[in-house]
Amino acid sequence: MKATKPSVSASHSIASRLLLNLERLSAKTTTTKVVYSTAILFFLLIVITPAIAGIIVQLFSIPRLSMSAEIWVKMRQAVIWSFVIGLSVSSLDVLAGIPVAWLIVRRRGRLTTILDSLVDIPFVVPTVALGFSILEFWSNGGGIAQFFGSPYAVPPGAVLIALLHFAFSFPVIVRVMVGEFLNYRETYEVAARTLGASAFTAVRTVTLPILRPGILAAFLLALARSLSETGATIIVAGTFETGTVFIYDAHASNLTSAVVIASLVMIVSSLVVFALIKLLAPRIRVAPLKVWPNLERKLSKPPTVALRNSVSLIVFLLFVLLPCLFIALPAIQAASSETVTEALSGIGPWKAFWSSMFLSYLVAVLATLVNIVSGLPLAILIARNRFGTRLAKIIDALVDLPIVVPSLALGVSLNFFWQNVSALPEFWVIVLAHTTITYSYFVRTMAASIQGIAPELEDAATTLGGLPLRVFRRITLPLTKYSLLSGAILVFTRSVDETGATSAVAVTLKTAPILLVSWIRGTVSVTPAERALGVGFLVATSFLALVFLRLIAMRQSTKVG
Amino acid sequence: MPELDIREVSKTFGDIRALSDVTLHVEDKQYVCILGPSGCGKSTLIRCVAGILTPDSGQILLDGNSIERTPIEDRRIGYVFQDIALFPHMSVRSNLSYGLAVRRAPSNEIATVTNEMLDLINMRERARSYPSELSGGAQQKVAVGRAIATGSHLFLLDEPLGALDALVRAELRYELRKLASDLGLTVLHVTHDQEEALSIADLVVIMKSGHIVEVGKPSEIYHSPRRLFTENFVGETNLLEGTIVEVVGDGCVVNVKGRKIGAPRGEKSLGQKIVLCIRPEFVALSKPNNFGWSGVVTQVTFLGSHNRYVVDVDGGIEIVAAESTVEYSTGFRIGERVSVHVENSAHMLLFDYPAEGLESEISLE
Amino acid sequence: MATIRFTNVSKSFGKVVALDDVSFEVEDGEYVCVLGPTGSGKTTLLKLIAGLLNPDHGTITFDGRPVNKVSAQNRNAVYVPQQYALFPHLTVLQNVAFGPLARGAPPAAALETASKTLELVRLTWRASAFPSELSGGMQQRVALARGLASGAGLLLLDEPLGALDARLRLDLRHKLRDLVKNSGFTAIHVTHDQDEAMSVGDEIIVLRNGKIQDHGPPRRVYRKPSNIFVANLIGNASFLEGLVDSTVGETAIIELRGGLTVQAPSKNLTLTDPVILALRKERLRISCERLDLDNLFKGEVRAVRFLGNSREYLIRVPNGLIIASRTFGGNERAEYAVGDQVLAGFLEGDAMVFGYPAKGLREELEIE
Repeated sequence: MKATKPSVSASHSIASRLLLNLERLSAKTTTTKVVYSTAILFFLLIVITPAIAGIIVQLFSIPRLSMSAEIWVKMRQAVIWSFVIGLSVSSLDVLAGIPVAWLIVRRRGRLTTILDSLVDIPFVVPTVALGFSILEFWSNGGGIAQFFGSPYAVPPGAVLIALLHFAFSFPVIVRVMVGEFLNYRETYEVAARTLGASAFTAVRTVTLPILRPGILAAFLLALARSLSETGATIIVAGTFETGTVFIYDAHASNLTSAVVIASLVMIVSSLVVFALIKLLAPRIRVAPLKVWPNLERKLSKPPTVALRNSVSLIVFLLFVLLPCLFIALPAIQAASSETVTEALSGIGPWKAFWSSMFLSYLVAVLATLVNIVSGLPLAILIARNRFGTRLAKIIDALVDLPIVVPSLALGVSLNFFWQNVSALPEFWVIVLAHTTITYSYFVRTMAASIQGIAPELEDAATTLGGLPLRVFRRITLPLTKYSLLSGAILVFTRSVDETGATSAVAVTLKTAPILLVSWIRGTVSVTPAERALGVGFLVATSFLALVFLRLIAMRQSTKVG
Repeated sequence: MPELDIREVSKTFGDIRALSDVTLHVEDKQYVCILGPSGCGKSTLIRCVAGILTPDSGQILLDGNSIERTPIEDRRIGYVFQDIALFPHMSVRSNLSYGLAVRRAPSNEIATVTNEMLDLINMRERARSYPSELSGGAQQKVAVGRAIATGSHLFLLDEPLGALDALVRAELRYELRKLASDLGLTVLHVTHDQEEALSIADLVVIMKSGHIVEVGKPSEIYHSPRRLFTENFVGETNLLEGTIVEVVGDGCVVNVKGRKIGAPRGEKSLGQKIVLCIRPEFVALSKPNNFGWSGVVTQVTFLGSHNRYVVDVDGGIEIVAAESTVEYSTGFRIGERVSVHVENSAHMLLFDYPAEGLESEISLE
Repeated sequence: MATIRFTNVSKSFGKVVALDDVSFEVEDGEYVCVLGPTGSGKTTLLKLIAGLLNPDHGTITFDGRPVNKVSAQNRNAVYVPQQYALFPHLTVLQNVAFGPLARGAPPAAALETASKTLELVRLTWRASAFPSELSGGMQQRVALARGLASGAGLLLLDEPLGALDARLRLDLRHKLRDLVKNSGFTAIHVTHDQDEAMSVGDEIIVLRNGKIQDHGPPRRVYRKPSNIFVANLIGNASFLEGLVDSTVGETAIIELRGGLTVQAPSKNLTLTDPVILALRKERLRISCERLDLDNLFKGEVRAVRFLGNSREYLIRVPNGLIIASRTFGGNERAEYAVGDQVLAGFLEGDAMVFGYPAKGLREELEIE
């Protein structure tokens, strides 16, 4: 049986003829080089350079800047508080999140599937709405305060910020840990048990240490989110200032030097803290085993386990779920009043509201599309070490940059860059800012998914005669379709959510969350009903968009076969 | 003195009956190999004994005490996993001492026992290495040492050599056996490698589809099994369907596809439909003669110590024969005509023709 | 297909040398088994032929033409990985049709070829099943069918039977070979199981740490292995250390450690050369009566091992050495028991003599 190169014959339709020709093209090394180089160039020029260049430009402008000693002290305190809150909240999240992730993975059943979906709720609600909801729940008269019969249960400030950050970082931890537990080989734990370790001891001495890299990754993600978040934090901060709040206020008061210096400090401190944690944590040597058999045995018994589970679930309910859902009440109340008709007819503040909603979703769609097209080649590059491991490692490290740097500070840098470099219209600067902020999410998701496909599948397909485009189209893509859509959903929701960078970059245009912040903070005066309704609309549309995208994802995964 | 009693243990997963009323008794210091095809339930069985799985019904008794409700960590049973499962974040030394450490044994005891283990498995110089730096065989030795260090006397081995190269397996199995004897251990060793089971077991348990098919000493299982499945599953054999057409005292004549052959009768009767089995090493080939069945050699395989021949006997019967290369230095070639006969009919085994059909009886599922 | 030739091919991954100056030839239509322990470079070898990797040094030619510029999809060499790599999202039929489709066959023709190949492996009834629904043995057949349907001509099988039960392996190994041969394909079948290699290979190539140790038909490699490692990897042997005492014509007198003297064939041996005498286990005969053998001594049975169709006896001979003897066949009751005094011996021609390895005997025999 003699094999032949792909030949185009009369029995092929026009579409398949086109595909075959494209496949032939994909096999040429020049094509591959062009595709990947373009993607890398885009990444470097549009994503990385503006961020870094902006920072450098800021650095050079420092001698010309001055800040009063008073503001300097304020700034220093604010930055320190950012890290104090970030580190402590992330630690608490890890402690509270691991038991919940454990439940979801180890106790499969109807209840835990429900729990699994509930955990995602803070993800689904835009952070601005979350901030407002938490404000209402803990702080304002209508919420928990009712039970205490006082005007505030928790006044706006550091504690409320901590409660907010705890709530929105919780699902991050749980998602990462669920993934870790699913990939974990339970045999290790069973082996420990057969050697005489009680369940608690086995988990403490074997499972968790082995999962340390994953736990660390989850911790750093939570920390990054906490340091970054702007919009919601502002809502619950009151007069208190964390780093991002400080920059936001300074920006609003046109104190450029304070803005520049503070954002620089935040960026550098973040990079340093992250680098330190990433380098030092793995090196912490596991101390020789210390076990308290009797105590740990008791901790493994069903009553203790039940207690632990109840406490974790109560914590989840009280500090995460209820505060997030609370917004529903005032929103529904407002919806059944005449405010709705006003809202829908675009009177007064609603005109600006609807145009900002439109802007938000348009930007989100564009940012998602740009991310998919430019991010896919990079994801493949990282996952398959194309063009060598060294290049892959460099790109791998750079991709994380936008996440580590607090988005507001990043926005300031981007603003500097684009203002000085070109006369790009504000709309496009916003789109690029959103693309930059969300870039890592898509690339990371896709890279992990592609890495999860055994290279042998592509090897086998190639040697069976499959040209690169065919292998990608028929093997790689179908197997990663779900992740591609998940990545797209992540980018989309993060973009709709985005307040930090946008507030630095947008002067005249307002995205929906930014607008809502001004409504809630009172810079634009609206009635409480209007406030609640506005937030409600944002949550509702976000929900609908998510459900719509999820349905597409599910249809795709069932279609594959 | 671990004596293990498994009584009518059953376990179902969804609609798959993994174990059906399995009963087995293991004496103190016995080395028992459980042999069977994939999915026969052998791993499920020892996981029930270890406590990793809970049986749906039945009892498991250790030294007369029922242990179904005892948690894994209290059963004091050593377990060696197929995928080795050494703790990747701990050195060889820490792995070995884990069992003692979790019981808060005094540190000098831990040190002494760990050093003993290191010497036992000959890995003193690699005490500080990490599992990822060791070869497969070395890793498995550490896993075994880790289990022994806890001082248990009952051991469950789940395909302990499965992850290793063929040659390493062949060497390690004898080391394993010797270790068990020297330390006086009672062992349940699950495997799908027949040579492994036959060469080191005191007792072999054959399992199929959640049932125990047969239990016996290695040479019994191989030479005089009671079940047709065992005869076919262990080693290679010729299966000839036929009918008893004549009975002469202790012997009989069997009609196989029109050809006649003499065999020991056992308890079979005239006219009975049977399956006659004879292993290839007891089938002799010679240049064409008047005794035996005439046929043509269709396949020749050289296996070092012996040659394996497939002979197409006239009339549509396929016979596999094996001859030592030491005694018969000139072999036969493909296409050569030969005569097939059995030197010692005592090696022939007659089985009742299975009620559900031959395929069903010998199938591996 | 084509004759494949490797000339001085080397391949490294960072500091790890996977293949070291490897040269060999495989002729069109041959079924070649590459035998070696894990990590010996077998998979790298296959991937180099397939074009999934490029050599650092040396040339690879198909029919005399260098293939380094020929991409993997055009080499007509189908790589079948160890775990089969069946496409999980495609049915059995779609899997098998992938090759023809990729090579440009119109869909109808491709499906026709796929169906025909599925018939060959007798899996037509599972054509619309997904790989995860099949047993290991069936998956193996689908992987094979997929390779055959592609029309490539060369199959590169990476431990094709490795994932299967011992019993299933025995059943399938000949069927695999027959199928490949009947389709007119050339095959390179990688394995670590020597019984498998000997059973199905026209030729055996032995690899160790990236170097070829031996290359030849099973009978030759078994009877006259090129070195100790090969002698140990293929077949079962005892290894005895000794010194050359004297040589008389074609015979050498070797004094084994402990004082026992034996006759063995001499090949360029000089006096006082340290040597290793390797003896296939089945070639050491034991008996209670006199045997007509060149080397004969008294011995005591120290252990008896039952292996099914053979038995192994460990015999302690006067100088304290323990040598193994395998008898093929045998009854339910062993002929000898531990403690029995027997006569053990072997023919001069059965002894294989090798120079003492520089790294020592244990190192040389080590598999891992």
